[in-house]
Amino acid sequence: MVQARYKTAFTLYPYEKVPQQDAAPTRHPVLIVGGGPVGLALALDLGKRGTPALVLDDHEGAGLGSKAICFAKRTLDIAHRLGAARPMVEKGVTWNVGRVFAGEGQLFSFNLAPEGGQRHPAFINLQQPWFEKYLVDAIDAARAEGAPIEIRGANRVTGMARKGDHVALDVDTPDGPYRLEADWLVACDGARSPLRDMMGLDFEGRVFEDNFLIADVRMKADFPTERWFWFQPPFKDAGQSALLHKQPDDIWRIDFQLGWDIDRDLELQPDRIRARVDAMLSSQTGEVPDYELEWTSIYTFQCRRMKTFRHGPVLFAGDAAHQVSPFGARGANSGMQDAENLAWKLDLVLRGDAPATLLDSYAAEREFAADENILNSSRATDFMTPKSHASRVFRDAVLRLAGKHPFARPLVNSGRLSVPCTYDEFAGFGPDALPGGPAVTRPGAACPDAPVGNGFLLDHLAGDFMVLALGAVADGIASENPKVSILSVPEPDAALRARYLGEASGAVYLIRPDQHVVARWDRFDADALDAAMARAMGQV
Amino acid sequence: MLKTEPNIPDPDGFYDELLRIHEGLSREESEALNARLVLVLANHIGDRAVLAEALEAAWG
Repeated sequence: MVQARYKTAFTLYPYEKVPQQDAAPTRHPVLIVGGGPVGLALALDLGKRGTPALVLDDHEGAGLGSKAICFAKRTLDIAHRLGAARPMVEKGVTWNVGRVFAGEGQLFSFNLAPEGGQRHPAFINLQQPWFEKYLVDAIDAARAEGAPIEIRGANRVTGMARKGDHVALDVDTPDGPYRLEADWLVACDGARSPLRDMMGLDFEGRVFEDNFLIADVRMKADFPTERWFWFQPPFKDAGQSALLHKQPDDIWRIDFQLGWDIDRDLELQPDRIRARVDAMLSSQTGEVPDYELEWTSIYTFQCRRMKTFRHGPVLFAGDAAHQVSPFGARGANSGMQDAENLAWKLDLVLRGDAPATLLDSYAAEREFAADENILNSSRATDFMTPKSHASRVFRDAVLRLAGKHPFARPLVNSGRLSVPCTYDEFAGFGPDALPGGPAVTRPGAACPDAPVGNGFLLDHLAGDFMVLALGAVADGIASENPKVSILSVPEPDAALRARYLGEASGAVYLIRPDQHVVARWDRFDADALDAAMARAMGQV
Repeated sequence: MLKTEPNIPDPDGFYDELLRIHEGLSREESEALNARLVLVLANHIGDRAVLAEALEAAWG
């Protein structure tokens, strides 16, 4: 028996009995536990590379309720490489403008519109179940073309043991238990990760003493498609801060910061929630529009991570490995970056093209990224909920000055929105041998998009190591390395030039399969290229 | 002229550091620290006209 722990929004991978359930334990190269965004993206990435991936999920589809809603450009770029982005962007709500209010007045607005010349917007809002559905659709499409991906719904891992060179798993199903083995086990099983508990691993960090009430309401309203954030909202009982944000299907996300000492059951009573929502919505329009409460919950959060994301043949990714506050949309977005960091490395290791120690670079890079995300979301939380008299005095001073003086606006912090981590100073990167090269494309950075021909640069960075040769040095170069292909752009347009050349007249970039810059030079040098690539693959 | 456009690189890091020097202080100790900080910064600015503008801006 596999008891449901939550309701599902969509059935995506209904349980089907497979012959392996009646056989001796089968060994799988990669077994992924958890069919959320991270597990699905990882399986899709592996499968498209031809490496078999089996996903086990203890439900049969996407969980219902308010989870991730805000997906960043980098996530869309990753999903695009995996063939899943188009329906996400079509269904999602694209937004660029945010407004910050304090009390009755607007302090300022900001516009995240990218500089242009990029395929994707800065952010879309899309409920997580849809995001998962589109990943599963892309998995189905990839399978139709032969990608070796399998998802088993209603398969719950109930026990695991490390056995020398592999991991043995006990799995429960509606038809009873069976056993499986895996060379590599990836735990993408969420913030409460049962696998982490089974292994008795640490997950320490900071608890924030605050409760947030979420109300997703369905209404036809003329509010603009913007992110509105209030410090000290002027409407009744709204708490210390409030947020209004649009999602697809006429759903609006409303968030109230209620403080620590509250009666959860009382605050979740529909009448009480409606009173708060009425006050907020009528403060904008003068009257209460018709709306339905679609979903409500009260959440608290912690900022924490595992000490290390790799434990021999077991790797942790997404919320199972790290958790942040929701301010900044750094949960699911960073999990997607975990998946893309891990996929190509696992693939190379399984093919015997890279040593298993390459997976230590997954752990090191993504632990660094988790620290950056935790730092950013902790700072936002400290600004929104000052913990001492001094921090409240400064916070209120910033808010008072920000309305009139632009200098104070960068100090206002209602969340620093997710951007990809740059792996500065890590072993597998460098050299940076492009004098005058832009900082935004230094070794370690995720490649920013730019127009190339009739499409975009990232379309060409499709999942292998790539050499990008630009400008004056782009003609007539060739690599004898069969593992790398070359994209030559002798006449880059202005955006590509600004992002990749800066003051240089030509450049050669080596780019990893996950679209992060390994190294760059002002000329082509086959030996330097091979050496940088060997380092990126963990061979030296 | 008083600069009122953003002028501090890494504003979040600066803000964090600013709050950290107050950690563990009583209200009176924090106020005294802030007063010393204002005087240190004012001396660094040095320009009497700019200081007058800053006093004005802080009231705003």
